[in-house]
Amino acid sequence: MSATFVGMPTFPVAAGTALADSQLRRNLAHATSTIRTKRAEVVREVDAWEQLRVAGATLKDRTLRHLDVYLEQLETALTAAGATVHWARDADEANRIVVDIARLHGTDEVVKVKSMTTAEIGLNDALEAAGIHAWETDLAELIVQLGDDLPSHILVPAIHRNRAEIREIFLREMERVGRPAPADLTDAPLELAAAARDHLREKFLRARVAVSGANFAVAETGTLAVVESEGNGRMCLTLPEVLISIVGIEKLLPTWADLDVFLQTLPRSSTGERMNPYTSLWSGVTPGDGPQQVHVVLLDNGRTDVLADTVGRQALRCIRCSACLNICPVYERTGGHSYGSVYPGPIGAILNPMMRGVGQDAQLDALPYASSLCGACFDVCPVRIDIPEVLVHLRTKVVDAHRGRRPTPQDLVMRAASWTLASSARTARSTRLAGLAARVLSRRGLRSAPGGRRVLGALPRPAAGWSGARDVPLPPAESFRSWWSRAGRDAR
Amino acid sequence: MTARDVVLARVRRALRDVPPEETPADVEVVRSGPSTAPLTPGHVELFAERVAQYRARVVRCVPDDLVATLVPLLEDVSTLLVPFDLPRGLRPAGPRHIEDRQLPTGELDAVDGVLTTARLGIVETGTIVLDHGPGQGRRAATLVPDIHVCVLWADQLVAGVPEAIVNLDPTRPHTWISGPSATSDIELERVEGVHGPRTLRVVLVG
Ligand code: SF4
Repeated sequence: MSATFVGMPTFPVAAGTALADSQLRRNLAHATSTIRTKRAEVVREVDAWEQLRVAGATLKDRTLRHLDVYLEQLETALTAAGATVHWARDADEANRIVVDIARLHGTDEVVKVKSMTTAEIGLNDALEAAGIHAWETDLAELIVQLGDDLPSHILVPAIHRNRAEIREIFLREMERVGRPAPADLTDAPLELAAAARDHLREKFLRARVAVSGANFAVAETGTLAVVESEGNGRMCLTLPEVLISIVGIEKLLPTWADLDVFLQTLPRSSTGERMNPYTSLWSGVTPGDGPQQVHVVLLDNGRTDVLADTVGRQALRCIRCSACLNICPVYERTGGHSYGSVYPGPIGAILNPMMRGVGQDAQLDALPYASSLCGACFDVCPVRIDIPEVLVHLRTKVVDAHRGRRPTPQDLVMRAASWTLASSARTARSTRLAGLAARVLSRRGLRSAPGGRRVLGALPRPAAGWSGARDVPLPPAESFRSWWSRAGRDAR
Repeated sequence: MTARDVVLARVRRALRDVPPEETPADVEVVRSGPSTAPLTPGHVELFAERVAQYRARVVRCVPDDLVATLVPLLEDVSTLLVPFDLPRGLRPAGPRHIEDRQLPTGELDAVDGVLTTARLGIVETGTIVLDHGPGQGRRAATLVPDIHVCVLWADQLVAGVPEAIVNLDPTRPHTWISGPSATSDIELERVEGVHGPRTLRVVLVG
């Protein structure tokens, strides 16, 4: 898959489908509310939480404003530690580097630890095209991969699947790609996890090449960090002979000491734990311990475009904790698939259009509108990204990119609305008209929204585009103005 | 132009708004440094509690009882891996020992338990940090076997993450361990043990 899922409908259309899927909505609501509660508890424990957020934001700003210096420093430190550093302008170049290294080592398979960056560049497809199998080893990614599916959440990518579905997928698919699931497998999570352990163990022991991302890269020391829960990361980082880590250029931190801020804020914001089960830190090659050939690919792929946007630059502070997804009322109801990208939720709504450019793709241009601008994402963000600010900024850019084209029905309606609302007499007349229209409309074209609210069906052209993404409530038969002039005086 | 030149040039172009005389230090970062306050017995207690909250087993003992304390903790281990440089005094009688001298991965997989020391412990988060120095084994040694028994001395504890970071050597590889391997990927139900050791036992000495 590429940065956006190919053939994905725009957000409003995909969201409509997702909203109708009650299983998905239940799973998502359960997941997001559970993680939200856990996060709030462990964040409350830390007295200096706000200082940590500010420290995280300013450390990232320091890095981003001097990124060229830190990139060169990282390269020097990694090279001194025995790693080979590669640079990739875009996804294709990064994929080619990985394929070439795998071929050089004569292997037809690699094991992978969950990495958003490799999903972003579509590495698995590129490897498959080169005849190299890429085995996902994170439990959720395995479920997604075996089910030939798309991830729906940064943190729990298979949250849209329930245990019965996972059992079915394991029974059906595992034997096609390796060790089969036990025939008497039940849908108990403990058993499902054990089946994954057995299935993947032979791959870990056999694989000669592993691919990882990195949560952080320390310029001063060449240290890469992988933060995880299951131990599949440690397996990939430790057992194979060759390790390739793909690192987005925004992952840098200046110094070793700076790690402390993020190793405090990331686990608490992400899984709502004081600390995640496993964190691996390493720099290049350690003689006698782990991979003796270490490659690091520094990836741009649109990041420098984000960097160039002085308002949007702050999005590169993101440490992919997913707190903004879990708090977002839009995400909670529509799920990750609706965003059509590996970066869903509020952060995806700003990152995707900036990385890929606005004004070319209706799917991307719709994303900055997938928000009510409530601001909850900013409040939970451990690096204080002002997502609403960037959303508004991007809406302006989307509008600017479309300026000069034929006015859309929405433009015409907005113009008419501003003319009407500018005069109180015109406003009064129009609400009376709406009431009249409501009485007419209530006889036809009605349907029920989720929750049983009465709403209008699709409006005729030219309003069809607008009503396609919104439920249009039936206008009240009587406006507040006319009710007030009739009943309000008596009430006094 | 190489990819390196192109990416660096793009970065510099993107940062045209940054004044040329600005240095990284000019971007102010306010943060509190690591604390130097000594730990109290309450800290040791809290560490034990927090490790146990991850559903790891914690046993406390005095130095003289260490070997005796280890015996029941290794009862269900049939073959025990020990780092070749694990101190002699730490090797309990009982299960068959194998010294890890670059054991091939396949043989590592046939071992069911491993006994190591650690570099330090973090009270606030209940985390054990290995830097894979003497007595701690290489990284694979504490990963492939299913039971990890880890010995930590009370004077190795530090208060929090900042205190841990300043005490660690960045040139070494590190593994931070907070409880046994776990996943919540299936309906968000926490399950211990996917790929790392499914059982973690910590002996806190002193
Ligand atoms: S934008 Fe902030 S809250 Fe959202 S994933 Fe990134 S770091 Fe976390």
